[in-house]
Amino acid sequence: MADVTVSAATASAVPAAPAGAVAGAPAAPPGAVQRPDFQIVPRAGLPIVAVVLALLIAAIAANKLWPLEFFHVVGGATWTIVDLFLGFVLGPIIGRMSIPARVELTTRLMPKMVLIMPTAVTVTLAAGWQLASYLGTVQSSYALHGWVVASYIVVGVMSVIALGLLEPANIAVLFELKKPQPNPAVIERLMKRFIYCAAITGTMQIATLVIMTKLASG
Amino acid sequence: MTSDASAAAAEPPAGSEQRLPPVTQLGMTSLALVVAGGIYLAAHIPNSVSLAPAIALLAASVLLLAGNLLALARTPGFAWGRFFEVAKWALLAYAVIGGMIEYAFVRDHLSGGPLVVLTMLLVVWVVHVPVLIAFTVARYATPVSAADPAH
Repeated sequence: MADVTVSAATASAVPAAPAGAVAGAPAAPPGAVQRPDFQIVPRAGLPIVAVVLALLIAAIAANKLWPLEFFHVVGGATWTIVDLFLGFVLGPIIGRMSIPARVELTTRLMPKMVLIMPTAVTVTLAAGWQLASYLGTVQSSYALHGWVVASYIVVGVMSVIALGLLEPANIAVLFELKKPQPNPAVIERLMKRFIYCAAITGTMQIATLVIMTKLASG
Repeated sequence: MTSDASAAAAEPPAGSEQRLPPVTQLGMTSLALVVAGGIYLAAHIPNSVSLAPAIALLAASVLLLAGNLLALARTPGFAWGRFFEVAKWALLAYAVIGGMIEYAFVRDHLSGGPLVVLTMLLVVWVVHVPVLIAFTVARYATPVSAADPAH
């Protein structure tokens, strides 16, 4: 399918890109930006997600320490790193990019986030709960139970922000970009929401790191 | 979850966003109540605990969900086609995730009242997250009939 142009004329928050700023867009009108075609949910990634979830179910069913620890640590590391990187490294960079560059990055990054983040969160929480059950740290008699409850609260707040604001913004910006004439103002607003939410959850991930290292240290 | 050309063509012009009920705010409050109920129950495992606070949180969350859907249903000109297009796939995805969480509960021999309340909290969560996703997408689209009188 052909690429789609995005008019920069309605975007007031950032300066419009110079014509021809994106390679391969000679037919675009002045001030317009070309974006690559994309799938909102990358179908090629779905089998990978299915395999990961199947392995997660197997790990929970087996109830062995190593697979549970593996999934919890790998999922948690992915979740933490992505949040911190998006919120504090990529977010400020995106804010200073031109509209064409921002649109191109968004169309390449956000579909991957649709699959990566829910999978990482599900793996982390499901494996984490089962691991805590295996180790007995979910029991209210556990010496550091207060820390465990604190982790529930931190994860709970992060999940409300992620599911109520971040994920909807992620999907909505992709639908906006799929339109024949995407509205840059809408994309701008949704991307800001996405990056700010990632920064908030990234900050809360630091609290998660404090709690988890405390629990691991005893 | 790909957009079709006819629906995509019906987008509103910039700055013409319609007035909508506070679906996101109510939805986030509802999710927060669900999470609070889940934390309350999880924090007391394996001791027996009064279910009343969790049931109260569940009831409040269900009311917010119902109120949200009702308020949205009364919104004129809302892009329901796009809403349901997104909601059905999001519901499928979050039903799978919710199913995995439920599996973990059952796997850990959770039973009785706490299992019932946690399952119902999970159901509210599985329904409300797709509503929020679909609403956020649909608010930036308009029904085909509203944009093109020929339809």
